Amino acid sequence: MTQNSTQPLLKLTNVCKTFGTTDVLTDINLEVNPGEVLCLLGDNGAGKSTLIKILSGFHEPTSGVMEIDGTPVNFKSPRDASEHGIATVHQFGGTFPLMTIGRSFFVGAEPTRGWGPFKRLDNRFAGEVAVREMQSLGITRVTEGSRLVGGLSGGERQALAIGRAVYFGANVLILDEPTAALGVKEAAHVLRIVMQARQKGVAVILVTHNVTHAMTVGDHFAVLIHGALAADFRKGERTREEITDLMAGGEAMAELEAELEAYQAAHHGHVPDPVELERLAQSKSND
Amino acid sequence: MTVQATQQAVSKGGGRSRRTDAPATLSNLIRRPESGSLIATIAIFIFFAIFGGAKFTAQSGTATWLNPAAELGIIAIPVGLLMIAGELDLSVGSVLAASSMTLAIVSGHWGQPIIVGIVVALGLGLVTGFLNGLIVTRTQVPSFVVTLATNFGLAGLALGLTRAITGSTSVALTSESWAKHLFGSYVSGKFEVAIFWWIGVIVVVGWILHVSKYGNWIFAVGGDLVSARATGIPTDRVKIALFMGTAFGASLVGVIQTILYNSAQVANGQAFIFNSIIAVVIGGVLLTGGYGSVFGVIFGTLTFAIVGQGIYYTGWNPDWASLFLGVLLLLAVLMNNTFRRMALSYGPRKKKD
Ligand SMILES: Nc1ncnc2c1ncn2[C@@H]1O[C@H](COP(=O)(O)OP(=O)(O)OP(=O)(O)O)[C@@H](O)[C@H]1O
Ligand SMILES: [Mg+2]
Repeated sequence: MTQNSTQPLLKLTNVCKTFGTTDVLTDINLEVNPGEVLCLLGDNGAGKSTLIKILSGFHEPTSGVMEIDGTPVNFKSPRDASEHGIATVHQFGGTFPLMTIGRSFFVGAEPTRGWGPFKRLDNRFAGEVAVREMQSLGITRVTEGSRLVGGLSGGERQALAIGRAVYFGANVLILDEPTAALGVKEAAHVLRIVMQARQKGVAVILVTHNVTHAMTVGDHFAVLIHGALAADFRKGERTREEITDLMAGGEAMAELEAELEAYQAAHHGHVPDPVELERLAQSKSND
Repeated sequence: MTVQATQQAVSKGGGRSRRTDAPATLSNLIRRPESGSLIATIAIFIFFAIFGGAKFTAQSGTATWLNPAAELGIIAIPVGLLMIAGELDLSVGSVLAASSMTLAIVSGHWGQPIIVGIVVALGLGLVTGFLNGLIVTRTQVPSFVVTLATNFGLAGLALGLTRAITGSTSVALTSESWAKHLFGSYVSGKFEVAIFWWIGVIVVVGWILHVSKYGNWIFAVGGDLVSARATGIPTDRVKIALFMGTAFGASLVGVIQTILYNSAQVANGQAFIFNSIIAVVIGGVLLTGGYGSVFGVIFGTLTFAIVGQGIYYTGWNPDWASLFLGVLLLLAVLMNNTFRRMALSYGPRKKKD
């Protein structure tokens, strides 16, 4: 494959993370290339958020090497990571419900006007930029930067967080389950934002539990099972069913699907009623 | 730097700026955290102006609630700032007493120049605040517990040391005249000079919270600590600085009281702990952080002080003052909640015009 000729933007070698006595991540080897979307898949508790927190400077790896453009880096804080161009939208976070849209957008990087100790926060500018960035992401209902973030919908808040990351010029954009809790339309918006960022040459790392979303935007897939990298493959190398299996951390989902199909075949295309479904699930867990 | 560059780009393209800056006065007012507390202050004032009579509204009547309001306000403003950042400080009572006693011992008992006593007293406050902040940020123990412990610890320390050094729990102090003028005099015979200190605190803290970028950090820290840290804000340093601010405010009031009354009592100031929190909460600051304003805290402080003093002008039994205050606290918080919900649900209006 040709991607070996270009240097990966971000490279992890044998990264491990333990919390006390629990091994959460073991020997993660991963490469992230510019202009590509890496989908990080895995069951609940597989270690996806932990891996992302290492990349974004929240946790330091217990062992292993992290390189950016070929140089080893050591993030002591989230600020270190953002100085290296890594922007993260964390699961359940990134915006401040009781702040205005403008203020929330610029938290930690406030635009100021004025001189010396009399620098003033430029609220108007902040509001205008925040609204403009959100609109460019397709959120057209938001027209006032002075509204409180808590009054926005989940998708609008997500767009605010992503807009911020894009605005501050990230090389690596990390999104932890950005489409969870979003409606179909909002999720589509977020995926479109991901594609836009990718087109600009940004490396995107996307965590999702949704196979369709992953297959729509992903160029490269990495699957974590119990903190280990169980599979690492590129678009088109696996079928949808195989990916579904891997995402379920095993065969559970595929088995159930197969049983349902068998049931449908045997019952003239009818789906089982809830009682029947219960029985199927029971018999499965018994063997 | 990138921010500055894009800033120009935007102001150039400002032609198509929307009507974001058009003052939609009523909706703007509703969206401010101090709206509820402003209404409360006005209502309470009118109430006592009616039932307290002319004596309440006269200059001397005004001084009786403005003086305690100023002393409380010097503490309540930084306490409000800290609460916006999501933390409580229950140690202000003992910090006040310990600073007060420090000044009286250094400059009264030991006869050092008063400036030495003042510097040591304020320094004691800053150190205590620093320790509070350090313990809270390092151990993650809730500030409620940490500062409660500090309050008891410091009270015991102050009592023990004072008795060991002076053999008494009350120490006298005669101030040099400049210090008396600056901290402990009356303007036009009635108004404590503390009022001007309060105004100074309001200006400085108001600037920090509402004008400078640090205000944004404080709101962010109180709004969502983890997200704030993710944006690179030095959250621990912000909190430590705010704890130092509350302790400094308490020390300053300790200095003011000692110089005003020419003596220090070791048990002074405990009432400020809850009074400052009440004033801040009436003032529309969210107890859990992330929301509030300096103006709100000013109104909350005024309301609290008017209720505390106004009752004496009504001729009613002052035993009922606390009941009144309890009811008021509940009403004020309910009203503040309503306003906050309105602010949250405020969205684009359907175009009718
Ligand atoms: N700070 C911590 N201390 C101890 N254990 C932790 C810590 N953070 C995470 N873990 C554990 O590490 C494992 C992986 O957690 P992580 O949040 O990375 O999962 P995830 O893959 O993001 O799951 P989800 O899909 O539910 O978001 C979990 O078992 C969790 O309990
Ligand atoms: Mg997660």
